[in-house]
Amino acid sequence: MDDGRIRVTRRDILRGAGAAALVGAVARGDGPEAVPGLRRSGPDAASIPFTVNGKPVAVVVEPRVTLLDALRDHLDLTGTKRICDHGACCGCTVFLDGKPVNSCLVLAADVEGRDVTTIEGLAKGDQLHPVQAAFVKHDALMCGFCTPGMIMSCAALLSATKKPTDEQIRRAVAGNLCRCGTYPHVFAAAREAAR
Amino acid sequence: MTDLKLGFPGNEKPVQADVPAGMPPPWDLSTQLKVVGKDHPRVDAVAKVTGRAKYSYDIRFKDLIYAKLLRSPHARARLKSVDVSKAKAMKGVLYTEAYDHAIVYAGQHVAGVAAESEGILDDALATIVVEYEVLPCVTTVEGALDEGAPGAIEGRGNLEEGRAQGDLEKVEEAHKQADVVVEAEYRTQVQTHSCLETHGCVCKWENGKLTVWSSTQGTFSVRSGMARTLGIPESNVTVITEHMGGGFGAKFGIDAWDQFCARAARESGRPCRAMLDRREEHIAGNRPDSIQKCKFSAKKDGTLMGGEVRSQGTAGIAAGGANVRNPGIYRFRATYAKHDTVLTNASSARAFRAPGHPQGVFALEGMMDELAEAIGMDPLEFRKKNDANVVRLAQYDIGAKEIGWQRRKKSGSDKGPVKRGLGVASAIWGHNVRGGAEVRCTIGRDGSVILANGAQDLGTGTRTVIGLMGAEELGLSLAEVEVRLGNTNDPVGPGSGGSQTAPAVAPAARAAAWEAKRELLKHVASSLGGDAEKMDLRDGKVTGAPRPLSFKQACGLMSVDAVSALGRGAIGIPPFNGEVAGVQFAEVEVDTETGSVRVIKVVAVQDCGLVVDPLTARSQINGGVIQGVSYALFEDRLLDRRTGDQVNADFLGYKIAGALDMPEIVSIAFSVAQGMTSTGVSSLGEPPTVPTAGAIGNAVANALGERIRSLPITPAKVLAALGGAR
Repeated sequence: MDDGRIRVTRRDILRGAGAAALVGAVARGDGPEAVPGLRRSGPDAASIPFTVNGKPVAVVVEPRVTLLDALRDHLDLTGTKRICDHGACCGCTVFLDGKPVNSCLVLAADVEGRDVTTIEGLAKGDQLHPVQAAFVKHDALMCGFCTPGMIMSCAALLSATKKPTDEQIRRAVAGNLCRCGTYPHVFAAAREAAR
Repeated sequence: MTDLKLGFPGNEKPVQADVPAGMPPPWDLSTQLKVVGKDHPRVDAVAKVTGRAKYSYDIRFKDLIYAKLLRSPHARARLKSVDVSKAKAMKGVLYTEAYDHAIVYAGQHVAGVAAESEGILDDALATIVVEYEVLPCVTTVEGALDEGAPGAIEGRGNLEEGRAQGDLEKVEEAHKQADVVVEAEYRTQVQTHSCLETHGCVCKWENGKLTVWSSTQGTFSVRSGMARTLGIPESNVTVITEHMGGGFGAKFGIDAWDQFCARAARESGRPCRAMLDRREEHIAGNRPDSIQKCKFSAKKDGTLMGGEVRSQGTAGIAAGGANVRNPGIYRFRATYAKHDTVLTNASSARAFRAPGHPQGVFALEGMMDELAEAIGMDPLEFRKKNDANVVRLAQYDIGAKEIGWQRRKKSGSDKGPVKRGLGVASAIWGHNVRGGAEVRCTIGRDGSVILANGAQDLGTGTRTVIGLMGAEELGLSLAEVEVRLGNTNDPVGPGSGGSQTAPAVAPAARAAAWEAKRELLKHVASSLGGDAEKMDLRDGKVTGAPRPLSFKQACGLMSVDAVSALGRGAIGIPPFNGEVAGVQFAEVEVDTETGSVRVIKVVAVQDCGLVVDPLTARSQINGGVIQGVSYALFEDRLLDRRTGDQVNADFLGYKIAGALDMPEIVSIAFSVAQGMTSTGVSSLGEPPTVPTAGAIGNAVANALGERIRSLPITPAKVLAALGGAR
């Protein structure tokens, strides 16, 4: 069953971190705001260029900094929430090259040259994404802290599956924890957005 | 005296009320409301779905620094030395503190560091050398009461006996007159709040004045707490909580990390953030556990007789926090209760959504079913016979129809390995309607309307409630009213505890809009003539004016820039019904081969006075049910018995309900014209989480024919109850 859900595993991270270290040995570093002389293999910060919500950006971060923290602390994209910080809640879901990932499980150094979409990039100007509009209509949010991650997971489902079943909807947000208890309204919103 | 019609359709009661001065004419059953009582998306929904909503965690400054506390891995210890010198000398570290208090729970702070980045902060914390003299600790109720057990806190006994309530002799007499007496022991676990936004704040000083962005349920309690501990006047502290990511009772006042954050910001001269990590969040509050020894009796005709409960529970190092609400709700002929608190070396319990209720109701409702079973009466019939609450009596019928109660089989009679069962349980809550809240309504000459209050919206929809009050009174749509919430420079509002926020701010908001409207209409009258007292605002227009006039045109007639009024939530009408009533029904499916329990459906019928916004009210009832499902089946804080350290302080080990665990939930916001204030809005936040675990426990017992008297109802407990045999 394709519910559009691809998650980065811890093993991927280790693999990715290894790859980043290899890349670091052949230093490139010509991002828009690249800082010359910084090595990518750490422990110092290095400049990582990538694309966020269609715009080229660069962050100067240590290798240990996650994509989540780079987005929040370096790019002021605070819509993506840090909740569990270890891949257990999907609250930090963003799209990496169009696929949903937990941004707390991705190192910023591993997104060099790649394409990231956050909750801030989902609406087109004032035009809400259909999932966002359906969340508003069905009150699929309370405190709102899990909401960006929930919406990204639902949007990923709808881009992969045009007419999802109720079961596919539940599975698409199976990892998105909510403490206020929005799930029933999230299901209703996802159903509506798929119509 | 004003004539009012209170109650609900089918049970209407005319009353004559003495309406206090300054209170708008109270709404009752005959009032035709335009916007209140209709579904409205919450007013901050767009900010939240776009990621624009800024929580305390999201407040950023270019020169922001980060603070964190180092925590003890030992539950009981003497601090021999805490050496922060290496941390202090590190580049990027701006402020440190070391403490020398007694350690009485694992996770208690021993030092604090503030640094330029979270990376440096982690590195610096790792350099701190702490020498502990580790002392023996107690981590369970039973262990703490063992003979020779060490004291959790030096110089105090571990047992804090509760006051005996009720009359034991009368209860024993009632037991004697009864036909059946049932005795059983029920247990509930420790549950952590697990708010998705952790506790904490961002502090920024400017010219001796402090601004705190706090993830709190009580902006004003943070303001007074900060002022007190920092030795500055409250007028020098502003607390801002525009949005916050859940509280459920865990976030009142200020904590050690908040105080450290304020000091680090002051000493470093830079804004500072101290937000807990997930592990720390799990030790920053919980619902106490309980062991409830119950003895209930009834007559064969279904008359409930004696209810006798002795309980023990631990709120960690906090005293007096382990009171369960059992017995209660039903009409016992006599009751007796004694609830003891046992001190253990665990972090303090805090208020948690309906403190004492879900754990008490799990046992109480289990006992009600055990009695019904013993006298051979349908459990719903038995409850109705012993329930005096007219609202709940109506709710039983609505809920029973919705769940299909007539399908309920004799317990344990469902065939096959996967068995279904039905259960019911009830809730009470107080009308937590208190005065003291103030809302300011300002109407500008351009027709813009602002309603302002300094309290916070926990995600309960407070902002939307205030907006709807203004819109209703001013004859506008919700979109035409701006609500400003969560800044202590605005009028005072309540802490969000006891489900008191909406009942407090709703009448204050209405009174403010009503008074501002009267001011506006006076301007209309002095400009155009006519009698302001005979004018009103409806559908965006002025009624009763000498000529047709829109609201905006009326505002343009003002001879001042704006009119403004402060509204107070006057109380003065006795409630229709003395308590908030709720009933829930659950249907479960139990796999007798794996022991797993699946909740199929929950029907929740919940009174909350006037339902202001049915859409957000349903959200809140869903939320109460879901936390109840989670409490019933999954959540369990596990401490290492030797060290007192929580072994599952994260979302992998501490399981909260997810999407795949969801039953079908039918949430029915049952509107009752309760009186009390000009709006009749009552408490909603807490009661819907009260009966869920009780209803599920009863449904599981109905499915299996075996009762599990301990939460959470795990597969292991189910299989043990079945004794390995199917």
